[in-house]
Amino acid sequence: MDFGDSRPEATFRLRLREWLRTNNPGLPASSTDDAYWAGQAFWHRSLYDAGFFGLSWPTEIGGQGLPSVYEVIVDEELADAGAPPRPSVGYLVQGILEHGSDDIKRRFLPGIVNGRDRWCQGFSEPDAGSDLAALRTRGERDGDDYVINGRKIWTSYSDDADWCFLLARTEPSVPKHRGLSVFAVAMRQPGIEQRPLRMINGITKEFGEVLFDGARVPAANMIGQPGEGWSLAMTVVSHEREPGELGYVARYKKVVKELVRRVRSEPSRFGSEQLRDLGWAIVEAEVLRLHVCRRLSERLDGVSHGPEGSVDKLLMTSAEQAVGHAALGIGGAAHDGGDDTWLKVYLYSRAQSVMGGTSQIQRNLVARRILGLPAS
Amino acid sequence: MDVRLSPEQRALRDSAAQVVDRLRPRSVGELADRERAAKLDAAVAAAGWQEARAATDDGTPLASAVEAAIVAEELGRGLADAAFLGPTLAAELRRLAGAPPSESRETVALVPGLAAVASAIDGRLPEGAVAIDAAGSRSALVLVLARDGRHLAEVALSGVEARVDLTRPSVALGSPVIVAALGEKERPLTDDDLVHWTALGLALTCADLVGTMRGAVELACEYAAVRQQFGVAIGSFQAVQHMLADAVVALEGSRSVALHAAWAVDALPPRDAFAAAAVAKAYCARAARSVCETAIQVHGGIGNTWDCLAHVYLRRALLSSDVLGGAGPSLSRVLEHHGIGGGDGFR
Repeated sequence: MDFGDSRPEATFRLRLREWLRTNNPGLPASSTDDAYWAGQAFWHRSLYDAGFFGLSWPTEIGGQGLPSVYEVIVDEELADAGAPPRPSVGYLVQGILEHGSDDIKRRFLPGIVNGRDRWCQGFSEPDAGSDLAALRTRGERDGDDYVINGRKIWTSYSDDADWCFLLARTEPSVPKHRGLSVFAVAMRQPGIEQRPLRMINGITKEFGEVLFDGARVPAANMIGQPGEGWSLAMTVVSHEREPGELGYVARYKKVVKELVRRVRSEPSRFGSEQLRDLGWAIVEAEVLRLHVCRRLSERLDGVSHGPEGSVDKLLMTSAEQAVGHAALGIGGAAHDGGDDTWLKVYLYSRAQSVMGGTSQIQRNLVARRILGLPAS
Repeated sequence: MDVRLSPEQRALRDSAAQVVDRLRPRSVGELADRERAAKLDAAVAAAGWQEARAATDDGTPLASAVEAAIVAEELGRGLADAAFLGPTLAAELRRLAGAPPSESRETVALVPGLAAVASAIDGRLPEGAVAIDAAGSRSALVLVLARDGRHLAEVALSGVEARVDLTRPSVALGSPVIVAALGEKERPLTDDDLVHWTALGLALTCADLVGTMRGAVELACEYAAVRQQFGVAIGSFQAVQHMLADAVVALEGSRSVALHAAWAVDALPPRDAFAAAAVAKAYCARAARSVCETAIQVHGGIGNTWDCLAHVYLRRALLSSDVLGGAGPSLSRVLEHHGIGGGDGFR
C-alpha cells in the first residue's frame, strides 16, 4: 500500500516537470475560453510526441503499456504547472479496444491516441437524452455503405472533428436497445452539417449540433457487430464517467491553486463564507485525486469498472461544483464588466451534473446495480 | 504508486471482520449484554491490535498506521463496544516519548471539546478533561501531558461517565492529581511528535468513520428492501434510492481519502501527514454525519426511536468526528496549510 512514487515513477515525474517548464502552451482554461478548444489539437500532439499521453494504452496503438497510475502523475504535474488538462479521448479508446475488430483498431486507434485525427462523439439527440436508446438517427444499408439520416446534439468538438463515433439505429424492427450500431463516420463530407452550441458561459467550441442528411459511411467502418451499439455505447459512457479517464483532476487543482493565490494576496477581502467554500473546494479536489489513485490501482487487479463509474462520476461532479462555487465566491461575478473568468468557471461547472449521464441517472445506477435496491 | 492492500493487510481485515461479526451488538438491546461485550473486548485485546503502535526494539511501531486503520474501520462497521482508539493513541504517545509500555489498560484524556490532548498545569488536570474510549473498569489509567506539555503523566480513571457514543463511553475526569510521571528514561515530546500523534488520531478516527458509514448504509439498505409502503418496498422509490446512492458516494470518497491519511502517518514528514489527515477528517466527518442522518431518515419514525440502531451509528460518528477536531477545525487546518489563516469564523 503505497501512495508514493516508485523509482521509475519518480523519474518520469521529473522528466515531465522539466518538459513542462518549456512546453506549457499557457492556454486559458477549457471551461472558460474558446481559445483552449482551438489549441487543444496542438496540445494533444505536443503531449503525445513528448511521450506524455496515452501512457497506459497498448503499444500497438501508440500507447506505452504502462500502469494506469502514470496518468495520475500526469494530472498532478499538469495541475502543478498550470498547464491544460490532458485531452479526454480515453473513453473512445476503451470502447474501440473492447469492441472493435483488429482492422478497426489498426485503422483508427493510432490516430486517436496520437492526436492526428480529431474525433467527436455522436450519441445524444434532441429527443434522446437520458433515454439514449430512444435515438432515431437511422443507418440504412445501401450496397457497401450505410446512409445516415438524423440529428445529433451535445456532440463534443464537432466543429473540429475529422471523425464521428456515431450511434445509429440500423434495425428499426427490434426492441430499442437491440437495433443500434456504431460507425466511424468521416465528418468532412457533403450530407453533414454542424453548428456550434453556445453554452451558458458563452463558449461555442466544445459542443455542437450535427445534422446528417444522406451522409455515407462504408460498412467496413462499423465498430463492433450490427446490433452491438448499445453495449458499446455503455462501455464508452461508463469510461466517460471515470475521472481517471478524463484527467479533470488537473483542471480542478489548477483552479483551486489560483483561488488560494488570490486569497493569500489579499486575505482581508474575504470573509468566512468564502473561505469555507475554498476549504471545501481544496478538500473535494484532493479527495477526487486520491479516489482516482485508488481506482487506478484497483485496475492492476484487472478490475474493470462497471457501476462504480457512476459513483466516481458523482464524486467528480461534486468536486467540480464545489470548485465552481469557490470560484464564484472568491472570483466574483464581474458585475463591473471586468475579468469574468471565475464566473465562467462557475457557470461551466453546472454542466458536469448533466454531461455523460445526469446525476439522477447515475444515482439510479448506483441504487440498482451497487446497492441492489428493487426496481421502481 | 500502488494503493491496494497487501495480502497480509487483506488477511488482517478479514480476521478483524470475523471477530467483529462474531461478537458485535446486533441490536440496541444487545449493547446491554455485558458478557458479549466482555468477550468482544477480550478478543480485540487477545488479537494484539491495541499494541499496533507499541514500540519495537528500534522504536518503530509494531504495525503501520494503515494496519491500525484497517482494524479501526472494521470495529466502526460493527459498532464494536471494545476499546481500541484510546489504547492505541496511548501506546503511540508512549512510543514517541520512549516510555515503557503500560502494564494495564490505558487511554488518553482530551480537552473538553476533544480537539486536543489534555495538559496538566501545576500537577493538576484542568477541570473538564475527558478520557475517551474508557471502556468501564478495565481502563485504569489515562495519559495526559504534564510539566511543560512535553512529558507524559498518568492520572487515575475516575469521574462521571458520559455515553454520547453508546459503544465507547467517555469519562469526564473532574480535576485529578497526577498519579505519576513516566520516569527518567522518557524523552520530551517535540512539536513534530505531537503533530505526528495528532495525524495518527485523525487517521484512525477517519477509518472508524468509514466503517461506521459502511454499517449505516448496510442497515438502511436492508430496511429499505423490506419495509413496505403503498404496497411496495420503500427502496424501490427513487427518492429513497437517491439518498442512499449519495450515501455510497460519500462513503467511497471517504474511503479513498482515509486510506491516504493512514498511509501518510508513517510515510510522510509529520506536517505533511497532518495536512493529509486534516483533509481526510474534514471530508469524513461531514460525510459521516450526512450518511448516518440518511440512515435515520430511511428508517422513518422507527429511525427516531432509541431501539433502532441507526442512532447508534450516528452517535459513534459524532464521537469519532470530534476526537482531535471535526469538520470545522479540520477545514481551518486545511486552509492554514495553504497559508490562509484566521479561519476562526467557522471553527
